[in-house]
Amino acid sequence: MRTLAEQLTDTLVVLFGVSTLVFLLLVLIPGDPVDVVLGESAQAADRAAMRASLGLDRPLGERWLDFYADLASGDLGTSLIRRQPVADLIMQRLPATLQLAAAAFLIVVLIAIPLGILAARHRGRWPDRLAQTFALFGLSIPNFWLGPLLVLLFSVQLGWTPVSGNLAPGSLILPAITLGLSMAAITTRMMRSSLLEIESQAFLRTARCKGLGEVAVLLRHSLPNAMLPVITVLGMQLGSLLAGAVITEVVFAWPGIGSLLIDAIRQRDYPVVQGVVLCIAFAYVLTNRLADLFAAWLDPRVHEAN
Amino acid sequence: MRVSAIILGIWVIMALGGNLGSLEPNRVVLEAIFTPPSATHWLGADELGRPVFDRLLAGARVSLLVAVVSVTLSATIGIAVGLIAGYFGGLTDRLISRLIEVFLAFPGMLLAIAMAAMIGPGLDNVIIALSAMGWVGYARLVRVQVLALRQRDHVLAATALGRTAPAIMRQHLLPLVMAPVWVEASFGLAGAVVAEAGLSFLGLGIQPPDASWGSMIRDGVRYLLVAPHLVLAPGGALFLVVLAANLFGDALRDRLDVTSHSRP
Repeated sequence: MRTLAEQLTDTLVVLFGVSTLVFLLLVLIPGDPVDVVLGESAQAADRAAMRASLGLDRPLGERWLDFYADLASGDLGTSLIRRQPVADLIMQRLPATLQLAAAAFLIVVLIAIPLGILAARHRGRWPDRLAQTFALFGLSIPNFWLGPLLVLLFSVQLGWTPVSGNLAPGSLILPAITLGLSMAAITTRMMRSSLLEIESQAFLRTARCKGLGEVAVLLRHSLPNAMLPVITVLGMQLGSLLAGAVITEVVFAWPGIGSLLIDAIRQRDYPVVQGVVLCIAFAYVLTNRLADLFAAWLDPRVHEAN
Repeated sequence: MRVSAIILGIWVIMALGGNLGSLEPNRVVLEAIFTPPSATHWLGADELGRPVFDRLLAGARVSLLVAVVSVTLSATIGIAVGLIAGYFGGLTDRLISRLIEVFLAFPGMLLAIAMAAMIGPGLDNVIIALSAMGWVGYARLVRVQVLALRQRDHVLAATALGRTAPAIMRQHLLPLVMAPVWVEASFGLAGAVVAEAGLSFLGLGIQPPDASWGSMIRDGVRYLLVAPHLVLAPGGALFLVVLAANLFGDALRDRLDVTSHSRP
């Protein structure tokens, strides 16, 4: 187990690398970004203004240092199209994305943990096969197809839920399922294999020998141990929900940072693109590290080692 | 394994066999707009009266091409980087490991979306974006194994005999690390097919009028109520190919008896 300080330095180094990569993405724009954004027939004054606002009139190294100075003070630049600070745009859209991600996460936990337990307890029999089939289908169904399928079934055929947007009540359900299903599939597999792995351990035999019922063994001995790797996976998924939300938000016209990103790409609003990508990657790194810390804190073996 | 091999075989035949027939994926027939599937129009026609079946075959070709090329590129780069990091160790390994960590900090398709946003849409750029995202998995996989293998006797013997580093990597390390790479590649194939379709669905991949399963779904969603077959056909094809590639990967993993790091 590494010390907290080491882990913190480690995280900072990764965040530094991530932001450098996102900064360097600008270099990939083919040709002159000013031409790309404004078109070839733009006025010279407009071109010069755009050049200055993108910082293209200065050397790359200098822009890079500026980028970090701005980043440290929470400044992600200014949108070329909306003329608003990128950080403000993200903050306006973030609540909708977080709401969607939280609902999807709830679905992941509600499906995956019971299903994984069921599969492990009935290994090789039909509940297990059902869970495995669910996991395989969930992993294989692309969310931009699942979304329209759910709309077709629940909104069009049955009329239970609204087709898109986030205004009507119940509009959260289909996007949350769309976003959460593949992660529920991965977590189901993880929960199952993690429970099966500890099944052969001596402490479970001891617990059974002293006369504990199966439910008590599960709740008091199996689950707390089997949950550790599952928590790490869940933490990883919490962050990737934000990335998965990009496609889901487009499918359901959900007004979060994912649709902000795609709109910005269409309008070639590069600072917004960089800002959103950076925000999602940072969130992903941080949730991963927090989940690792949480799992370590829960694990009694780690306490003893310290 | 047999079922998945059959589905993948059909995919390849759909993609390559399209050359033989007289495909007209871009022919606009206004009288045929939104024709439902029938004996003459196998999968019906789309909002411009174009035959959905022909477009499905054209889309199969795009997805096969993108998947095979990007997986090959990703694996080649990733294996090379992983061999170098694992074999040389030390500072080289630390730098490469950092780089891998940075690339792994972009969840899902985020890096491919960001790259496609900058370099623009199109077939070549999709392949570039997917390879830039894909090499990391192979590099991590190969690096870990080489670290464990490089103190083996046969490697030490080869070093003592004065074999050069590239020769040792190619002849004494590469063959031993390939089993999990094949498993990773078959999951990678599923990932690349979904990612290409996803980028095209977002408008960042294959551009109209060319057909891709992703852009067919994107266009079809607008007419979901009138003509659901426009979404069901390409999505069904996509789902089956991805399912087959995942099944194939699972079967391969069991057969080669390797533990995959990317999937529980």
